[in-house]
Amino acid sequence: MAYRHFEFIEKHAWTLGILTAVMVSLGGLAEITPLFVQAHSVKPPANVKPYDPLRLAGRDVYVREGCYLCHSQMIRALRFETQRYGHFSTAEESLYDRPFQWGSKRTGPDLARVGGKYSDEWQRAHLLDPRAVVPQSNMPAYPWLATASVDGTDIAARMRTLRTLGDPYSDADIGGAAKAVQGKTDLDALVAYLQGLGIANEPQPAQTAGTSPVPIEESSP
Amino acid sequence: MTSTEYYNDHVVRLFLLASAVWGIIGMLIGMYAAAELAWPSLNLGISWMTFSHIRPDHTFGVIFAFGGSALMGTCYYVVQRTGHTRLAWGGLAEFTFWGWQLICVLAMATMPFGITQSKEYAEPEWFIDILIAIVWVSFGAVFFATLARRRIHHIYVANWYYGAFIIAVGLLHIVNNLAVPVSLTKSYPIYSGVVDAMVQWWYGHNAVAFFLTAGFLGMMYYFVPRQAQQPLWSYRFSIVNFWALISIYMWAGSHHLMYTALPDWVQSVGMAFSLVLLMPSWGSAANGLLTFNGSWHRLKSDPAAKFMVIALVFYAAATFEGSMMAIKTVNSLSHYTDWTIAHVHSGSLGWVAMITIGSLYAMAPRALGRPAMHSNAAMELHFWLHTSGTLLYVIAMWIAGVTEGMMWRATQADGTLTYAFIDSLLAIKPLYAVRWFGGVLIWLGMWVMAWNLWYTAADARKRIIKPIPVPIPEPVPLQTPAPLPVSG
Ligand code: HEC
Ligand code: HEM
Ligand code: HEM
Repeated sequence: MAYRHFEFIEKHAWTLGILTAVMVSLGGLAEITPLFVQAHSVKPPANVKPYDPLRLAGRDVYVREGCYLCHSQMIRALRFETQRYGHFSTAEESLYDRPFQWGSKRTGPDLARVGGKYSDEWQRAHLLDPRAVVPQSNMPAYPWLATASVDGTDIAARMRTLRTLGDPYSDADIGGAAKAVQGKTDLDALVAYLQGLGIANEPQPAQTAGTSPVPIEESSP
Repeated sequence: MTSTEYYNDHVVRLFLLASAVWGIIGMLIGMYAAAELAWPSLNLGISWMTFSHIRPDHTFGVIFAFGGSALMGTCYYVVQRTGHTRLAWGGLAEFTFWGWQLICVLAMATMPFGITQSKEYAEPEWFIDILIAIVWVSFGAVFFATLARRRIHHIYVANWYYGAFIIAVGLLHIVNNLAVPVSLTKSYPIYSGVVDAMVQWWYGHNAVAFFLTAGFLGMMYYFVPRQAQQPLWSYRFSIVNFWALISIYMWAGSHHLMYTALPDWVQSVGMAFSLVLLMPSWGSAANGLLTFNGSWHRLKSDPAAKFMVIALVFYAAATFEGSMMAIKTVNSLSHYTDWTIAHVHSGSLGWVAMITIGSLYAMAPRALGRPAMHSNAAMELHFWLHTSGTLLYVIAMWIAGVTEGMMWRATQADGTLTYAFIDSLLAIKPLYAVRWFGGVLIWLGMWVMAWNLWYTAADARKRIIKPIPVPIPEPVPLQTPAPLPVSG
């Protein structure tokens, strides 16, 4: 193209603006649209259910407290990673995560399969004062979780919103929300959430193996 | 064509002031966050002082409050100078200033209390997102309306970058923040799981690309020739780089999600485009550096030029590092570690903060009606504080990141893992203290700048600034604009 064509752009603000908008839209469209279409055509595996009220409350506490800034929930398909944390994470497992909690920084270990690794008592003691359990830890203490209680009507409202977004909650699920979280603290909810990670959301083992998105790669020595 | 106009520098001065104040606040929070990682009891048992509550305040404070104010201020300054025209819609421009400050205050006052969407760099909740969209559209309107009334036919390249920054950030912000509110303080995004991850990192990566790169390149393309007192090394090269940069960047977001549950082909596309991205990145860096050819001696006497040159060097280094980190095998080591933090801060402290500081030093005396900054020695001191602090920070985090990466993957002869997770934390803890100390130096430097600006603004405080008249140029055919106006 001759330089004078470029010059036209250089002298017309609208042309410049529109061409810029087109160029910046291409990449996102190309990468996100297929995922979007795929996400809408795939049926969730039978085992993967939306969060029950208490664990939903716990998940929102996890978001509120910013745990994702130090903990990932995404075990990569690498040998040394699966050895440390368990089977690599699959797309189905975060189907009901709004927003996703994969994280980008591991100041602490991955939590994608921490459910059942410790007892509830350990989790409580650890969240209230990590250094009482692991003296060298630099995880902050979250003592205020024990005194804040979960609001049942709020959780029901949250489930209704999630239903409008497509999560399959039944009227009975929502109706029972207030009762399910009655008398529970933020700490109870968070522990319930943590104890379900990698357990409650895991697709059937056979299915996991069949739908592996990426093969496990050898880590370089 | 006889009437004389005056530049509207009032709103520029406001943004200048805001940028200096937010820089000090944002970096203070960064320093505190760094200290908490080394000495965790520093949260004093208070929820809103806890690391995980203040970290979003640090990132929002430095990127959007400090960087954003500097970008909007310089954008208004540059579009007037390169178009030889007064800012269009002065009232709306004033609104963008107060609106943006309101947004920053609201965001930074809500996030520590857990009112967050938990999407990195897009943490503020939905009602703040709506305000951001409104102010952003107004910003775009002022910018493009000013371009439309320019009196130089040719649109100078700095404005291209500012324009792309405005268009792309608006688009990214709206798409990534689509959410359904539950209450004033809580919303759920319309995306979930993998799709949400991809949308978020398409946003996150391009927030880097268009906020922390394209916007600041706009700044660079105006203030570097200005400070070097020479025209740009190659004008056409800057245009080629522009198109390459804005079209390639948008494809690269998936390098934040390597080896995750994201489909493989998206990861590979991200890696390929990240490698190609090195070319326009180095193109811009080279163009800026070569502009100093023949006037390197200015570096001896002009700390602002020194800030700019080192900023360009860091830009070249950070983009090279980024392209390497986008290679899957390298990413398998660097991802999740402090190596990413080192890369982030060689980009943000080295490139973003230094080009901003250099440009503020170049712009402030002119916008404040003074021949030069109050103290050259103070600028020199700031330069050394900032450079040594940045080097301490980045080198400490490089060592920490590689240590973590190596320890996490180390296996013994029998195939079992060598280290427990806590071992890697213990190994890098001293480096967290070094990083904190680097942050202290940088933060002290910001105070030196604030002091210097305060005395440079002595006239401004007495309201005796003479407005700068705009010369009306003769129409020149095929003229290549250069940011070297006779005055202003
Ligand atoms: C400053 C970073 C940081 C933050 C923020 C943080 N953690 Fe941690 N976390 C750590 C570190 C480091 C460890 C490893 C040492 C230990 O067990 O305390 C850890 C360990 C854990 C463990 C045990 C994991 C295992 O496999 O041994 C759990 C569970 C946990 N954190 C949950 C949380 C939750 C829930 C939150 C949010 C309320 C949170 N963490 C916030 C740093 C952090
Ligand atoms: C005094 C200077 C600074 C200090 C001490 C500092 C400190 C920190 C700390 C401690 C973190 C958290 C790291 C972690 O989670 O392990 C962080 C993150 C971050 N900082 Fe800074 N920072 C400083 C300046 C800046 C500046 C000027 C910018 C941008 C213009 C910036 C941008 C960021 C970003 C984007 C992150 C998030 C990184 C990620 O999620 O990977 N910082 N900083
Ligand atoms: C050619 C240019 C660049 C490329 C290819 C690139 C690539 C990368 C890669 C591969 C990562 C690591 C992602 C991960 O493993 O989680 C990353 C992180 C990051 N980069 Fe760059 N980078 C480039 C330039 C820059 C510049 C100039 C900045 C300016 C400040 C910057 C800021 C960041 C930030 C803030 C993150 C952290 C995101 C997060 O995890 O929170 N990058 N980049």
